[in-house]
Amino acid sequence: MLGQNEQNMKKRMEGRVAANKISMVLFGLATAVGLIVLVLLFYRVLTQGVGYLSLDYILNFPAPYPEEAGIYAGLIGSIFLMIIVAVFAIIIGVATAIYLEEYAPQNRFTDFIRVNIQNLAGVPSIVFGLLGLTFFVYMFSFGYTLLAGGLTMALLILPVIVVAAQEAVRSVPSEIKEASYGMGASKWQTIARVVLPAAIPGILTGAIIALSRAIGETAPLIIVGAATAIYTLPDSLLAKYTVMPIQIYNWTGRPQEEWQYVAGAGIIILLAVLLLMNSIAVLIRNKYQRRF
Amino acid sequence: MDKGLQSEGNMIDVQQMIENNKKKKTVGERIEKIIPFFLLLCAAVSVLTTLGILFTLLRESIGFFSDVSIVNFYTGTNWSPWSGEYGVAPLIGGTLLVTLIATLVAVPLGLMAAIFLSEYANDKVRRIIKPILEVLAGIPTVVYGYFALTFITPMFQSIIPDLGIFNALSAGVVVGIMIIPMVASLSEDAMNSVPNALREGAYGLGATKLEVVFKVVLPAALSGIVASIVLAISRAIGETMIVTIAAGATPNLTFNPTESIQTMTAFIVQAATGDTTFGSTIYYSLYAVGMTLFVFTLVMNLIAQYISRKFREEY
Repeated sequence: MLGQNEQNMKKRMEGRVAANKISMVLFGLATAVGLIVLVLLFYRVLTQGVGYLSLDYILNFPAPYPEEAGIYAGLIGSIFLMIIVAVFAIIIGVATAIYLEEYAPQNRFTDFIRVNIQNLAGVPSIVFGLLGLTFFVYMFSFGYTLLAGGLTMALLILPVIVVAAQEAVRSVPSEIKEASYGMGASKWQTIARVVLPAAIPGILTGAIIALSRAIGETAPLIIVGAATAIYTLPDSLLAKYTVMPIQIYNWTGRPQEEWQYVAGAGIIILLAVLLLMNSIAVLIRNKYQRRF
Repeated sequence: MDKGLQSEGNMIDVQQMIENNKKKKTVGERIEKIIPFFLLLCAAVSVLTTLGILFTLLRESIGFFSDVSIVNFYTGTNWSPWSGEYGVAPLIGGTLLVTLIATLVAVPLGLMAAIFLSEYANDKVRRIIKPILEVLAGIPTVVYGYFALTFITPMFQSIIPDLGIFNALSAGVVVGIMIIPMVASLSEDAMNSVPNALREGAYGLGATKLEVVFKVVLPAALSGIVASIVLAISRAIGETMIVTIAAGATPNLTFNPTESIQTMTAFIVQAATGDTTFGSTIYYSLYAVGMTLFVFTLVMNLIAQYISRKFREEY
């Protein structure tokens, strides 16, 4: 009787251990799926696009023939757009973060701002496009211009920058702030000369990551009217413009197969710019990260 | 005499300095008062953004509903705005179909990846794999759209021969891949915050790792996991470029994933790129569809926040 029990127990034991081993392999495989897709995606884009990639491709404007088409207008347009986005989003975002972390009183309005920023981060980007269309394009009559696109994108990434800047400001230890107060510095002097310099690496890292999200965004810019065929570079804030993702979208949608290769080449450039931006962010974080 | 004069001069200097200092101080004090006000103005921008979104969606939608009855809009099953048919059901159906496929892909894969990273992988493996997995979340959606159209669809076509170039299946699968890191990352955070003492208690009773995962870790981290899934679904509902490129532009009330469909977001893109004149009914319909989309994602986000606040287990 006892022997029988022990044998049953042993059998069950073996089953449980085997289930454990099998599931471990399954979990590992599931993790690998994501990595495999990533590799496939990079491989696919590289093999499709590399044939059309050349200096001419980078320096050419869009053209009716795939062999002559280039991404110059999109590349420069993206850079100009990012400058506008950076100026507005970083100033407003950092100011908001300082207000919330250093000045905001503990009341319902402050809570409301916090919850509001959290919810804003979850709004689909295309809805920001509709916001930009109503206000920047029509109400302020900027039209389908660089400025309208830049302001729309700045609002889109504002929540990301605010959260990153809040974390950076919060991580400055109160001891060095108190030391500054102890030397007779006022609140703003302490913030401007002690807190902000210490928080700048964190703010920059967050800002670059937010900008790298903005540079790949397509949908809101379609709504606020980024053009698809542009043969001049934007020369003012109120000029027409295009950006890399819009060009890629336009080429992807064309039925002839050659255009897919042109789009692939554009994606290589876009991913290279993204990689560059993220490397700079990591570099800043590693180089200036101070542990207090 | 000379000495007296000099000292008098010194006296004046000191008085001057005190005066100067006082002036400086008032300038400084003024700055101290202006700065918080300026910062508050900047903080108000985010509130104004929300108000702006609500304002524009509501105002233009009301404009739309004076042309098309709200009942027809939400109960109609035919969406062909260029011939005056505004029944939004096919667009909502398209969005839900893509979201459902994406969820079926992302939830199992994301959860299993989270379990692997949090419970099975050692520190070194986790530190390499987690950032790579998060790269998936940073790929521009237009690139995913390209990938879906030129790679995933032809691949599926070799398995399902009558699959069209534009179909809900490829778009849904790729949206799912895009949101895997969201499910995996947030769920892993939730599992990591389950204290080791609970796991060790179970090990002490003779449980295997798998049993610890399913009977201790997952129940303890449930609120965080559910919140991550809800957030990921909300992302899938609002996703635009993948579905615009790969799912087509055929409003189609169907649950057959091999057919071409159109989502709410894809319609907004299509109407915005076409010859939509300002003030026309189609122009207003952009906002009515946009508001429906906004309500969907807002409800999802509020549910996620409610779950993670209400059911958070504190250890």
